[in-house]
Amino acid sequence: MSGSIIRIQNLNVSHKGIPILKDINLTISRNKVTVILGPSGCGKTTLLKCMNRLIDIYNGLDISGQIHLDGEEILNRKNDLTRIRQKMGLLSQRPYPLPMSIFDNVAYGLKIQGVRNRTELADRVEYYLKQVNLWPEVVDRLKSPASRLSIGQQQRLCLARGLAVEPEIILADEPTSALDPLSSTCIEEQFMKLKEQYTILIVTHIMRQARRLADHVIFIYLGEIIEQGPPAEIFDNPQHPTTKEYLRVGH
Amino acid sequence: MLRRKQIEEGVFKTLAALATYLIIAVLLFLIVVIFKQGYRALDWDMITKVPQGGYYFGGEGGILNAIIGSFYLALGATGLAFIIGLPVALFMNVFLIRHRFWLNRIRFFLDVLWGVPSIVYGAFGFTLMLFLGLRASLLAGILTVTLLIVPIMIRSIDEVLRTVPKGLLESAYALGSTRTEIAFKVFFRQALPGIVTAILLSFGRGIGDAASVLFTAGYTDYIPTSLSQPAATLPLAIFFQLSSPIPAVQERAYASAVVLTLFILIISLLARLLSSKYKEHTIK
Ligand SMILES: Nc1ncnc2c1ncn2[C@@H]1O[C@H](COP(=O)(O)OP(=O)(O)OP(=O)(O)O)[C@@H](O)[C@H]1O
Ligand SMILES: [Mg+2]
Repeated sequence: MSGSIIRIQNLNVSHKGIPILKDINLTISRNKVTVILGPSGCGKTTLLKCMNRLIDIYNGLDISGQIHLDGEEILNRKNDLTRIRQKMGLLSQRPYPLPMSIFDNVAYGLKIQGVRNRTELADRVEYYLKQVNLWPEVVDRLKSPASRLSIGQQQRLCLARGLAVEPEIILADEPTSALDPLSSTCIEEQFMKLKEQYTILIVTHIMRQARRLADHVIFIYLGEIIEQGPPAEIFDNPQHPTTKEYLRVGH
Repeated sequence: MLRRKQIEEGVFKTLAALATYLIIAVLLFLIVVIFKQGYRALDWDMITKVPQGGYYFGGEGGILNAIIGSFYLALGATGLAFIIGLPVALFMNVFLIRHRFWLNRIRFFLDVLWGVPSIVYGAFGFTLMLFLGLRASLLAGILTVTLLIVPIMIRSIDEVLRTVPKGLLESAYALGSTRTEIAFKVFFRQALPGIVTAILLSFGRGIGDAASVLFTAGYTDYIPTSLSQPAATLPLAIFFQLSSPIPAVQERAYASAVVLTLFILIISLLARLLSSKYKEHTIK
């Protein structure tokens, strides 16, 4: 399948009347990597949080507009949040494993989906831990607390946890910003592999990473999309002065 | 300039150290005094026997009735307070989190209740008891102490829950958890070490309080065998024995105080041990 998977129309988010995102209109292609760039505080994280309605858990944020996923309106209050959120895997700036064992972290989302069979759980946990290259490191301590893993391992665990619920989309918010170069490369390689099967939205401040991964680049400034296009265009021939400046300093 | 900073550092360090040692010294002094006054009366009989005939005039026996009574009372009250307090604290942090206005008011209200002197709870418990047609009994005592420690229980669990990182909640919500799942699988587990501390804090407060049980739990020389019987408590045992003019009985009051202090010490140690035991899953 190809074409668009998410269509955002006139999305506005504000906090006490102060706009955070202004009139976002965006189409995201299926099984492509979309990279979101922009200076700190421009609303990148907020945009990601709108997609899986994490924004709902915050106080005083007003949101209007439409986000269609596979033709379904995400922002519709009547929708089942669990189902919508499980269509997306979230990888945040800093890994937050759940306060339970390594095994249970990956099994958590599966149990929410109603998977109870022990062997099935074990098989799927193993499968996803292997997929993120974490299996060899944790195979003999699956029952020990996830909090004991290193930050890099925790981030891969969070990726496995997110993949285990079989999402269509991966939302990654600066997934490598807390990691050392080696762990970063490891996560990045995962993404290269994952883009075959998933639609990936990634926020990053690392230009080289953006270049390596991107199929499509979006540049946000002060809550507005000021430029977007294929990486070759954005990186080599930016139109907007702010983008030019940002890319010049970022290199 | 550098010199001034060094002096500043030095002064603050000395002050802080002084205050710390002072607290420890006062605590030790307190324990030593009580122990010195009471150790002669402290024997095996004291903690294994109930008062025999003429105990309050220096006769045979011990304060097992008060030890067990206090223990039942604190256990019952802590259990009840936990059953009420945990859901309330979880509700506040999971479902009310977007209603700052109400949350702030509830917290303020609970803090006021926390600060209300226990004699007021005692008086209220007494009224309640009469209203319900109860006699001074273990049950009435438990209900009154529950009222006393519920605010403590809720607010200390609440404070622990507030420290659960936002990012952890986001991750858990992102995986599709419902709010109930967040409450019991994430909040509860993440906060478990702190919850254990909150329980033992409430227990300690419950076991040590005299004023709330003065009119409600009654006093008896026997170990209660049902909720409707009166129950002796350690704080009251201390009170009654200390009011006696007989020196030997006064000594027993101090011995009872030693027992109560040891009780609380053990609880505190237990709190430390247990909460570090449950800490391994906690995400920082
Ligand atoms: N829950 C919230 N309540 C109020 N304001 C918020 C909230 N979340 C975000 N904001 C505001 O929205 C703006 C955008 O924040 P956001 O986190 O989306 O930025 P960002 O582009 O991800 O920045 P960074 O690159 O530093 O992560 C900021 O000005 C921030 O203060
Ligand atoms: Mg951000």
